[in-house]
Amino acid sequence: MKPWLPVALALALPAPPATLTVFAAASLTGAFTELGRTLEARRPGLTVRFNFAGSNQLVAQLEQGAHADVFASADERWMRMAVERGLVAGSPAVFARNEMVVLVPAANPARIARLQDLARPGLKLVLAAEAVPAGKYSRQVFANLAAAPGFPADFAARALANLASEEENVKAVVVKVQLGEADAGLAYRSDVGPAVAARVRLLEIPKDRNVTADYPIAMLAGAGDTAAARAFIDLVLSEEGRQVLRRQGLLPAPPVP
Amino acid sequence: MTSLRGVLLRAVVALAAAGLLVLLGLPLAALVLRTPAGELWHRLRDPLVLDALRLSLVTSAGATVVVVALGLPVAYLLATRSFPGKRAVEVLIDLPLVLPPTVAGVALLAAFGRAGLAGGALHALGISLPFTTLGVVVAQAFIAAPFFVGAARAGLADVDRRYLDVAATLRSTPARSFARVMLPLALPALLAGAAMSWARALGEFGATITFAGNLPGVTRTMPLEVYLALQNDLDAALALALLLVAVSVVVLVVVRSGTGGPTSLGAGARRAAR
Repeated sequence: MKPWLPVALALALPAPPATLTVFAAASLTGAFTELGRTLEARRPGLTVRFNFAGSNQLVAQLEQGAHADVFASADERWMRMAVERGLVAGSPAVFARNEMVVLVPAANPARIARLQDLARPGLKLVLAAEAVPAGKYSRQVFANLAAAPGFPADFAARALANLASEEENVKAVVVKVQLGEADAGLAYRSDVGPAVAARVRLLEIPKDRNVTADYPIAMLAGAGDTAAARAFIDLVLSEEGRQVLRRQGLLPAPPVP
Repeated sequence: MTSLRGVLLRAVVALAAAGLLVLLGLPLAALVLRTPAGELWHRLRDPLVLDALRLSLVTSAGATVVVVALGLPVAYLLATRSFPGKRAVEVLIDLPLVLPPTVAGVALLAAFGRAGLAGGALHALGISLPFTTLGVVVAQAFIAAPFFVGAARAGLADVDRRYLDVAATLRSTPARSFARVMLPLALPALLAGAAMSWARALGEFGATITFAGNLPGVTRTMPLEVYLALQNDLDAALALALLLVAVSVVVLVVVRSGTGGPTSLGAGARRAAR
């Protein structure tokens, strides 16, 4: 087929009213909503619909036959799962990264000044449950810090002894810190949008001890309007898309090898 | 003509009933069929699961006691008196039914949390609710209260006024009339309401995890355990859900056969509707 043919067809035919359905990890809510509006403005007649949820729930819904055109996951594990189950068309591309930060309430009732304070007995620490990616990363960060100079070797065990609750998703951790119920919590940097930032203080985790998560995006095997799906993925991967993602606290993707 | 109408009506009723039974029964049947039997037995010996089950039974029983103790006077007033602001009280009591439970949890935090409206007062009393088992009871009571108050109110209102009038002519005090006349007559409705409240408290998830948190042995009740299992082990989640359903069925059947009266949880409401 001649490469210009789809373009010519697209130009020649009036765009029919179409809907693009994007399944995306909950942490992409802000960025993707904005990018969806951008695409709608560029392609009159196109409506972009989103289903934001935990990546694992999205894969489960796709497996059960939910129709979608694009899938963006908050970690590679669930994208791999989607690929293995034949849900994905083509190969996924990493478009952003996320990292963990420590949140304390703005009032900082437990007077946490540095990461070592998280091991102080009696404070209320809230993390995502271990089954949730963010929970797994939080525990990994503690283990990394325990091996770092300036931290006691039993730092991880002592910090985890302060665990007041294991939340079922990372947003719930942010809520408990925002409300001042938890003395500290770990969440993704992207969870700290402008509204949250006003109510919490961040403690940075040293880069070499932090855990980063890669965000892959892919077109799905059941995509209806493949041109629109491709356009959305291209927009996410473009410099413009990167800027929107960066504004929401996501880090630029590692350079393509 | 009449008989044709009768037949049609019967067919419609039967179809509708069958539709609802399939809607309610099929998921339950699927739960039973999809759960590997070995998995259920295996989970029953998991100390984490037993912890969650014990915690669920203790907290839901506690929540039911709270709801009945605080709800019965409210139900009595609503059933027998009219007073200014009655409509507002009615709406307030129904509110937990429409509030998404996680929102209810945030509201509970804003009210009774450490930084909440009543947080200072509770702290002065030495009470802390978030991240404690007591917090689980409060969350469950909040969500479950409307079920008891609604049924109890209907049951109390259903008591024939003439019995009370007779009691009054016999110089019975209102308190005595309530205890000796109203309470026994309304008992089936009260028990049905309490059972309904208990069942709702047992299944409570959103308000509990938001307000009380999720820690094994302290605040992780069975529904939270099921949800966590769902994150990585579907078989385990199904087995745990089935276990929760089995426990509640056993308790509800016992409560129902104990009262002898109502044939379903909605009996109180049905009596009131007559």
